[in-house]
Amino acid sequence: MIAYLIRRILYAIPILIGVNLLTFSLFFMVNTADDMARMQLGMKRVTPEAIEKWKQQHGYDKPLLLNLHASGGKVLTDTIFFQKSARMFAFDFGMSNDGRNIAREIQTRMLPSLAIALPTFLAGLFVYITFALMLTLFRATVLDMLGVALCVLLMSVSSLFYIIGGQFLVSKLWHWVPISGYAEGMDSFKFILLPVLIGVIGSVGSSSRWYRTIFLEEIGREYVRTARAKGLSELHVLFRHILKNAMIPILTGVVVVIPLLFMGSLLTESFFGIPGLGSYTIDAINAQDFGVVHAMVFLGSVLYIAGLVLTDISYTIVDPRVRLQ
Amino acid sequence: MPVILWTDAMIYLLLATGFAAALWIRKRPHLVLPWKRVADSSTGMVSLLFFSLFLLVGLLDSMHFRPALPEKIDGQQVYSAEVLSLFDVLASDMKSRSEKTYSAPLAAYLYAKESMETRDGTIIRDYPRLHHGGAHLADPASELQEDVLKRAATGAAAGGLAGVFLIGLAVGLFHVFARIRPRMPGSPSGHETRAADWKAAWTGCMQRKSVRALMLTVLLLSLALGMICNLAAAYHVLGTDKVGQDVLYLALKSIRTGLVIGTVTTLVMLPFALLLGIAAGYFRGWVDDLIQYLYTVLSSIPGVLLIAAAVLMMQVYIEMHPEWFETSAARADLRLLFLCLILGVTSWTGLCRLIRGETLKLRELEFIQAAQAFGVSSFRILTRHILPNVMHIILIAVVMDFSSLVLAEAVLSYVGVGVDPTTMSFGTLINSARLEMGREPMVWWTLAAAFGFMLVLVLAANLFADVVRDAFDPRLNQD
Repeated sequence: MIAYLIRRILYAIPILIGVNLLTFSLFFMVNTADDMARMQLGMKRVTPEAIEKWKQQHGYDKPLLLNLHASGGKVLTDTIFFQKSARMFAFDFGMSNDGRNIAREIQTRMLPSLAIALPTFLAGLFVYITFALMLTLFRATVLDMLGVALCVLLMSVSSLFYIIGGQFLVSKLWHWVPISGYAEGMDSFKFILLPVLIGVIGSVGSSSRWYRTIFLEEIGREYVRTARAKGLSELHVLFRHILKNAMIPILTGVVVVIPLLFMGSLLTESFFGIPGLGSYTIDAINAQDFGVVHAMVFLGSVLYIAGLVLTDISYTIVDPRVRLQ
Repeated sequence: MPVILWTDAMIYLLLATGFAAALWIRKRPHLVLPWKRVADSSTGMVSLLFFSLFLLVGLLDSMHFRPALPEKIDGQQVYSAEVLSLFDVLASDMKSRSEKTYSAPLAAYLYAKESMETRDGTIIRDYPRLHHGGAHLADPASELQEDVLKRAATGAAAGGLAGVFLIGLAVGLFHVFARIRPRMPGSPSGHETRAADWKAAWTGCMQRKSVRALMLTVLLLSLALGMICNLAAAYHVLGTDKVGQDVLYLALKSIRTGLVIGTVTTLVMLPFALLLGIAAGYFRGWVDDLIQYLYTVLSSIPGVLLIAAAVLMMQVYIEMHPEWFETSAARADLRLLFLCLILGVTSWTGLCRLIRGETLKLRELEFIQAAQAFGVSSFRILTRHILPNVMHIILIAVVMDFSSLVLAEAVLSYVGVGVDPTTMSFGTLINSARLEMGREPMVWWTLAAAFGFMLVLVLAANLFADVVRDAFDPRLNQD
């Protein structure tokens, strides 16, 4: 197990280097360091000296990928790419263009993101699986058919509609909760309620259908027939046998996203004015702040890889036959 | 002067590919079989009908040209800077008849009060009449409702007649087609009268449930379309937006963007996913490692971030090179194409993984091993034996991806990293209308039109995708 984990972590390093290289080349393919400096200093009346100074201050005065003037290992290390990427592995993200510490910013913004994403995730899981189990219980009846039709209809509606419609109905028409905003501590409840509700409803269609497919696949297995032959009730079979055996496919899809919950959702956060990581990313993209975008991409990739490892570990918990080596 | 934009070319290419594939499949009964299953499904046929209507609008909107200006400079014909499409010409009435600002669907008055001077010189504040919507009415307050109902009824009647004619034409064509083909034993021979023949064709058609459903839908649709067309001649059926453009026109123009995003993206990603997936699965070893590394890297970057970053970079790039584009349409079009590209790059990994898995399974089967033992070259094994056997995965993935791509476009355009703001799309339509729900009284029609059209398009695509998946999935059809 330990050896497996170490190997997975070592395997993550080339992937992260690849991610860095991709982000980096994407950004500098069209932007030069001079463009960034000019953008930051204001477009007009910028002296070349000011640009040079800005580049030096922010560490952009080196060659991009290969420093041919240096000798030895410095050919690779004394470049913008290496300088900006290497310290990412220590989670030192440096400063954003407006002079704030990106790591600290991420720490403070993580909580609001999590406050929305975690309840959405948990409530969603509960609702989708319950709904799917119900459809499975009533399989091949009119109820099941209507349920599936409802799912297809719900998944054909744009997520923007759920947000705009939900905001209009709940906040504007009924005045139950504020339209947008965020507060610390217990006050945050009323701000969280609507985004969570909309988040859950937004993917009820596709998720429930997916779970239903999984359950239906299990229900055709031999052990289900045996369980029924023993005289177990259908509900007992469904909850004690099928749900447990469907864990592997469920975990495959679910565990990967758990670490990514930290990243928040771009759309929800920008709509509801939540000061989380999602809105931070949007702002950074619009301001062309490479440092922040780079940091968020790196963080996202780390969390994704962590999710893959977690998935493997979760298999060993639900299925004793799985051994990691 | 005809103009072929990049995405137009892509659409033509796709269409030609689809046509060639259809001809190729027609000769092979084992490939026709799953399509017959699709044709037997009522849901499949009805959703396909709706989808083809959207496709028709999209295709008409993909034939672009620049109209010639009346004056000539030095005997040289001068062309307008505006790129029009065939659809614009057909809907030129709707396009040109713009009002001053918002007006509700089927209204004769503007939405906001204005100061107006009456004939005797006093100034009053009232809702002004629209320039085009209901302009033929003398007194809209009393006549509007009656006129709308009358136009709707005549339109529906005309549409219904056209629908009946269409159905008759289809049955007739089917009948002629069946006569040309060699007769099956037991079918009526040529001795019977013509009327009986027609009757046989009719009952033959009607025996199939899917055909009945299809004809019913054609009839209902033609009623509705006739009604809308007749009303659109005198009113703004879905109202007008902030600058007075007809919302129905905007929504119809948005269809093309949705179709382009949904289809061209898959066209872009297919070669990657197919080649790399098959290569990884078949050759194993370092090829597999390399390709797995590649798609792990790509899929570990959060998709929206990658898209947003790439689109913003490209925006800067386009702004730096204004000299590349003759018209603003060409610029917007390049951005649309680029959006398809970047969506394709972020979404090929899933399909690639599926194909790799299937190829891994296939290469262990006996017929591949037999081919290897006979010394058949790798290239030939891949193209002759592996490729046809992963085709169903590709087809299912293509139809399943379509709807999610259309939905993704709306979200991306809304966030501001989607299509060019001048390109009409569902996302830009929603984006421009996002504050209208807050107006007092509320302006709901733009949003309703955008969401409604999107819902029908995506729903049709989803239903059709389900039918195709059920028909092609070998696990579900082991008979």
